[in-house]
Amino acid sequence: MTDQAQILPGTLDLLILKAVSLGPLHGYGVLLRIAQISGEALLIEQGALYPALFRLVRQGLLTASWGTSENNRRAKFYELTADGRKRLRTEAEGWNRLAVAMATALAAQPEEI
Amino acid sequence: MKLFAYLRSFVSTLFQRSAVNREMEEELRSHIQHRADDLERSGLPRGEAERRANIEFGGHERFRQESHESLAGNFLETLAQDARHATRVLWKSPGFSIVAILTLAFGIGANAVVFSIMNALILRPLNVPHAQNLYMIEMGKDKSPMQSYPDYADLRDRNRSFDELAAYNLSPAGLDTGNNPSTVWLYEASGNYFDVLGIQPYLGRFFHASDEHGPNSAPYIVLSYDYWHSRFQGDTGVVGRVVQLNKHPYTILGVAPPKFRGTELFYAPNVWVPLVNQEQVEGWSGLNERGTRSWLIIGHLKTGITPAQATADLNRIAAYLSNTYPKEETNITFQLAHPGLIGDMMGGPVRAFVSGLMLLASLILLAACANLGSLFAARAADRSREMALRLALGSSRKRVLRQLLMEAVMVAMAGGIAGIAGGVVLLRWLSTWQPVPNMPINVIVNPDAGVYAVALLLALLSGLIFGLMPVRQVLRANPYQIVKAGSAGEHGRRVTLRDVLLIVQITICAVLVTSSMVAVRGLMRTLHSNFGFQPQNAMLVEADLDMAGYHGDQTAVMQQRMVDAMKSIPGVTAAGLVDRPPLSLGWSSSVVFPENAVDFRLSNAATEAIEYRVLPGYIEAAGTTLLAGRTLTLHDDKNAPRVALVNQEFARKVFGSPANAVGKYFRLSEKERIQVVGLLQDGKYKTLTEDQQPAMFFPILQAPSSASWLVVRSSRDPRQLAMAMDHKLRELDAGLPFSVKTWNRELDSALFASRVATVALGVLGVLGAMLAVTGIFGMAAYAVSKRQRELGIRIALGAQRKEVLQASLGRAFRLLAFGSFAGLLLGIAATRVLALVVYQATPRDPIALCGVVLTMLALGLLATWIPARRALGADPLVLLREE
Repeated sequence: MTDQAQILPGTLDLLILKAVSLGPLHGYGVLLRIAQISGEALLIEQGALYPALFRLVRQGLLTASWGTSENNRRAKFYELTADGRKRLRTEAEGWNRLAVAMATALAAQPEEI
Repeated sequence: MKLFAYLRSFVSTLFQRSAVNREMEEELRSHIQHRADDLERSGLPRGEAERRANIEFGGHERFRQESHESLAGNFLETLAQDARHATRVLWKSPGFSIVAILTLAFGIGANAVVFSIMNALILRPLNVPHAQNLYMIEMGKDKSPMQSYPDYADLRDRNRSFDELAAYNLSPAGLDTGNNPSTVWLYEASGNYFDVLGIQPYLGRFFHASDEHGPNSAPYIVLSYDYWHSRFQGDTGVVGRVVQLNKHPYTILGVAPPKFRGTELFYAPNVWVPLVNQEQVEGWSGLNERGTRSWLIIGHLKTGITPAQATADLNRIAAYLSNTYPKEETNITFQLAHPGLIGDMMGGPVRAFVSGLMLLASLILLAACANLGSLFAARAADRSREMALRLALGSSRKRVLRQLLMEAVMVAMAGGIAGIAGGVVLLRWLSTWQPVPNMPINVIVNPDAGVYAVALLLALLSGLIFGLMPVRQVLRANPYQIVKAGSAGEHGRRVTLRDVLLIVQITICAVLVTSSMVAVRGLMRTLHSNFGFQPQNAMLVEADLDMAGYHGDQTAVMQQRMVDAMKSIPGVTAAGLVDRPPLSLGWSSSVVFPENAVDFRLSNAATEAIEYRVLPGYIEAAGTTLLAGRTLTLHDDKNAPRVALVNQEFARKVFGSPANAVGKYFRLSEKERIQVVGLLQDGKYKTLTEDQQPAMFFPILQAPSSASWLVVRSSRDPRQLAMAMDHKLRELDAGLPFSVKTWNRELDSALFASRVATVALGVLGVLGAMLAVTGIFGMAAYAVSKRQRELGIRIALGAQRKEVLQASLGRAFRLLAFGSFAGLLLGIAATRVLALVVYQATPRDPIALCGVVLTMLALGLLATWIPARRALGADPLVLLREE
């Protein structure tokens, strides 16, 4: 687990929104999904997930409801709201722009200047 | 949308704190279980898997905290933290906290009580619809609220400014429901009474103007809700039942609604009876006498009519009456008064007294605030290092101020709640208090929502005021300076705001102490003053023979038999009978004309004298001294010429001097020519504070009355005597309603006003004294603590105890002396007002004045005792080491 990347501040919310956009998830499911879709590259401290989830609920980007998990346990499931979907789109676009810019910048060669 | 979600989250956190907590807890647990499931699937035993899952999850508590904050409970969280911290800080200095909370509790409590009383007596209108334009009609310059019935009829029919006018009167009667006759207190009311007020019956119906068909034509009674419950156990079948009122059959028409307690605040009646039946109720009727003024008149002004217009309208009628009936109505005028306290007769003094109390109470609260302000300021100075340290360590000024304010508000709330709680207890007691035995005289002063709101608001306001006092200190504080140097630099102003506040407060306290001392002394003297009779060792029996069905000549026979029965009791030295003893509630008076009068209009009268009708033996039984002439005998009966005993004032007013009054004549009317046969000492008749009144005593055989008060003089034990009297009277007539009491007990009603004033001033005086103690204490303690180091050095350098005390407490004592002196002077001025209420209250009383000085001195010593001990105990070594 040593080669996992530290997530950048501010990206956790985006990751959660993305994970939940693929289907309703409970908290632990969000962790697993993020690990899965990032190819096990991004790992989130388990306890740190919840303050972020509550924050997103408070901002009206997620809704939560109790249900039963695949393990047959009671769990709280999170779903994206319309606002959340919109936010995911703009944030993803912003991130992509940044990523492209960063990649371009880092790929720059002396002869290109 | 977001704001909405935020608010929803905030509100749900606010109200469902524990539910939210539970849910969060459950979610975290579910998470750990899921993780443990996964670990178990990879081959770990369940126990180990759960342990690992728990560890992996990390700092449980921290995440919970962070989760809470992201749940928007943040502001409340910090507030709760501040509150917890404030509680801890206050808890750690219990002395300060208790003094502060008590100070405020007294201030708020006093205000809550006085405000409730003011609310009940002055602010809150009568509990009838449209009370704001309900007025009572008063007559003449002396604002007499009593009008005659013919005048009432003229006013009712001729006015153009009232919707309708109702008349009523207060009276007792004997009610017999089939078993035991007992006294009921009633309103004799005009038929339109309930319709004028707009009251609807709770049960059955009320009587109306259409029920009146001349004297004794409407034998109906209406029960008050309370009486219906206490006497008839709330039986709905009472409507239509016939009961005996003074031995006459009366039909119960209905029950008044629960909240309707009549139109006089002090007097809640048991029943209402139509006034046309006055003769059956009272034994006589003055309905046709224009000169017999005994009715209170109230009514609603028509919409759009101002009180000034109404007064003008009434005076138009007054002019008509003066012209038409010159004998009875001489230059009369009318004016309006607020109803509820028998017009301005009681309303004036009550309003003045309660307003005065309110003023004193608010002064007390002001003093309490000043007090707390200096306490908090002193504390803030003591804590300046703590504050500086917190500022230096990175706390924001805002946070520190919030903390201080929080402490102040918490003290305010605790004090406010304690004060209100104490006030409520006192008010509950006051509401059930019946100052005059056997009479329905009491006032409901239970606090309502308004009182609570005002008290809490006052508490919060004073919290903010005194909480803000130390703010300047904190804002100005330079943490670097203070931590380095040890204490805030002296900013030397000679007289600070705090000093002024303290002087004001001590002055208030001294005024209160002076007033209460003078009032208490006045009351004590009153109890031993010359009433013109001797209430000690005398018993009274009140019996109304009308109620027992005696009429005409039977009455006088029965009265004589009762007196004879009393005389036959062993140990009784004298017994007599009077229609109404002096200094009881109410009196009757007649206009007296000189013997040679020819024109019997009121303006030609020699005087108006209070009249008593007595059986021979009364003068001796009452212990009144006969100064000249003879006393009355049984021979002064219907067949003998009319005679009377008069007091010295009567002789002065009518004959010029008391010396040769015996043997002279006066007239009550053209036909009634009466000879004075004896001269009595002066006394008190209506109230203790009255100017000397002329009085005359007629033999009851020549001026019959069914009202009967037996006066029995004996040095026997009152309880045994009362039993013997009770026994004798039941032997005479088992159906006679009567009550036995000592004369001193009966005087309670006369002493009522003085007692209330004395108690109220006493309580406020004690409160003021307590506040002065805490105020001086706060100031002295502050002075000592500030100069502790200086005092230590002085002691080290060999200063004497006296010098140390002078240095540390001189200022406190100077303030105390100055404030006390000012308060004493103001208090002496205030007692002039007091003398109107409390009989024989005079500031020129060395004992009272000495008492004030001693009290203030004792208060000063008490308050400076602990700071003085601290000043003397300043140990230079310890102090120098600490710094």
